[in-house]
Amino acid sequence: MGDDNPRTFSRIFIERFRRDKLAIVGAVIVALLFIVAVFAPVIAPHDPSLINTKNLLEPPTFNHPCGTDDLGRDVFSRMIFGARISLTVGFVAIGIATIIGLVIGAVAGYFGGWVDDALMRFVDLMLTIPTFFLILAVIAFLEPNIYNIMVVIGLTGWMSVARLVRAEFLALKERDFVMAAKAIGASDGAIIFRHILPNAMSPVLVSATLGIAGAILTESALSFLGIGVQPPTPSWGNILTLGKDNIEFAWWLSVFPGLAILVTVMGYNLLGEGIRDALDPRLNNTL
Amino acid sequence: MYAYVIRRLVMVGPMLIGITLISFFIIHLAPGDPTELVTNLNPNASPESLRKLRDLYHLDEPIIVQYLLWLKKVAVMDFGHSFSMDARPVIDKIAERIPITLLINILSLMVIFFLAIPIGVLSATRQHSLFDKAASLFVFLGFSIPSFWLALLLMIGLGVKLDWFPISGMVSFNHDQLSAWGKFLDYAHHLTLPVLLSGLTGLAGLSRFSRQNMLEVIRQDYVVTARAKGLSEAVVIYKHCLKNAMLPIVTILALSLPGLIGGSVIFETIYSIPGMGQLFYQSVMSRDYPVIMGILVIGAFLTLLANLLADVAYGFIDPRISYGRR
Repeated sequence: MGDDNPRTFSRIFIERFRRDKLAIVGAVIVALLFIVAVFAPVIAPHDPSLINTKNLLEPPTFNHPCGTDDLGRDVFSRMIFGARISLTVGFVAIGIATIIGLVIGAVAGYFGGWVDDALMRFVDLMLTIPTFFLILAVIAFLEPNIYNIMVVIGLTGWMSVARLVRAEFLALKERDFVMAAKAIGASDGAIIFRHILPNAMSPVLVSATLGIAGAILTESALSFLGIGVQPPTPSWGNILTLGKDNIEFAWWLSVFPGLAILVTVMGYNLLGEGIRDALDPRLNNTL
Repeated sequence: MYAYVIRRLVMVGPMLIGITLISFFIIHLAPGDPTELVTNLNPNASPESLRKLRDLYHLDEPIIVQYLLWLKKVAVMDFGHSFSMDARPVIDKIAERIPITLLINILSLMVIFFLAIPIGVLSATRQHSLFDKAASLFVFLGFSIPSFWLALLLMIGLGVKLDWFPISGMVSFNHDQLSAWGKFLDYAHHLTLPVLLSGLTGLAGLSRFSRQNMLEVIRQDYVVTARAKGLSEAVVIYKHCLKNAMLPIVTILALSLPGLIGGSVIFETIYSIPGMGQLFYQSVMSRDYPVIMGILVIGAFLTLLANLLADVAYGFIDPRISYGRR
């Protein structure tokens, strides 16, 4: 498209996003995490599962920048591999939550009436049960592993997306282009997914980005409690468990993985808020 | 007003049924049969305890019958007996721990309430000031920091290194010999960190919310009018703005409750506090299904009750809610 139409939606978006320094910081953090996760075997200085009984609980040195754990494994390398877990959990869990939320919100908002009532009461119900309790109970009946964690976080995290999408649909379904689509005989499915949904995606994108941050926090808390990703697979949360067990004499086991979680979550939050601000028509004064 | 309260009360029934349905569904999530899992994952499971599990949830009956029989027991708060060594009734084990968890959550809510509103109001009235920027940074960190990690760091720093706060439990060894005031101080000493930490996320959320709300109210026409007729800034802010900006906070506080109750699992486990969250964690680790189901249902009931209270309170304080509707 380009130069004859310099004010396309995406151009304005990119222009505004680029002026937001914090959003750029967030984007860079997220991009770096992708690189670290994908190239973990190349970047990690040591084998993350190599046990070395001569080097137990060694404080940070040049060779082991984040120290070693109670089995003498290099914490830095384990953290690099742990990035894969948080990345996967974040994207898959929020992918599941977003798809469920989109479908339920779209159906409720588009059809309205008793369908809307029933679905929204179901949303209220899900919001009443403490999510963390629900996740823990499900994990107790299943096995604690990364697949179950991702699915459970997804299944318990779709309610806010559903509410957002419903609100968008309520507003959009009265617009002329929907009337036009109906007039030419488009089916409900086509109207929902091809005409309305693409216009309702902006808030969903923001909510998904912020949701990834939340999912990473939940996964790390579960792994920390020993009901998430199971050792020997390294995750930031389960390295922190070792930190708690050795709290009196190995501070590095607690400090570094926690920092990794903090920076990651901050990255997604900054990115999400940057996207929100760049999409917000009320802040239109910049262009 | 009464019509509104009654309408809310009527909704409680279906919600309770819904909570039990979801909980019951979870029992059947396990591939095959929950008893298989007990045998596979819990080497201590005796044939006798398997029998008990089958009887407790009537696993030999058709699924509808199973649910109705279970519901009948739940209605009288009978969740069976714990699988742990003590084999006590589940409801007793939960009941003795509820006050501790409630106490911590109520204290956290109070911390959130009394800190978040001043932070939000000051940030809004001094938008773009240094205070506003510092508060935004705090809110942002509050959202991003894993609170269990902060708990660990504070345990290392203030507990192990400086020895200012105890790092576990609710009471000291010599608690029984202390005077009433001494006992109170002992509790306060042990609960300070858990209460502050479990309130952190909520504090960040509510601070931001009250700032945004306040900013919106300040721009309203009636505030311009109040200023135009020469009222002092203090009266404008505290009388005209604050009241209107703070109304929705009741709802937001209630909405933060499931998070707080859920978070009690993490904080009670880290700080070894004998509340419902710790019991839940221990039950999950030992796959004590009757206790897990009991806490899940009771935790949801408590949240439902709190939401109801918040809605009713909101109805009382906000004159704009029309009670006669429908």
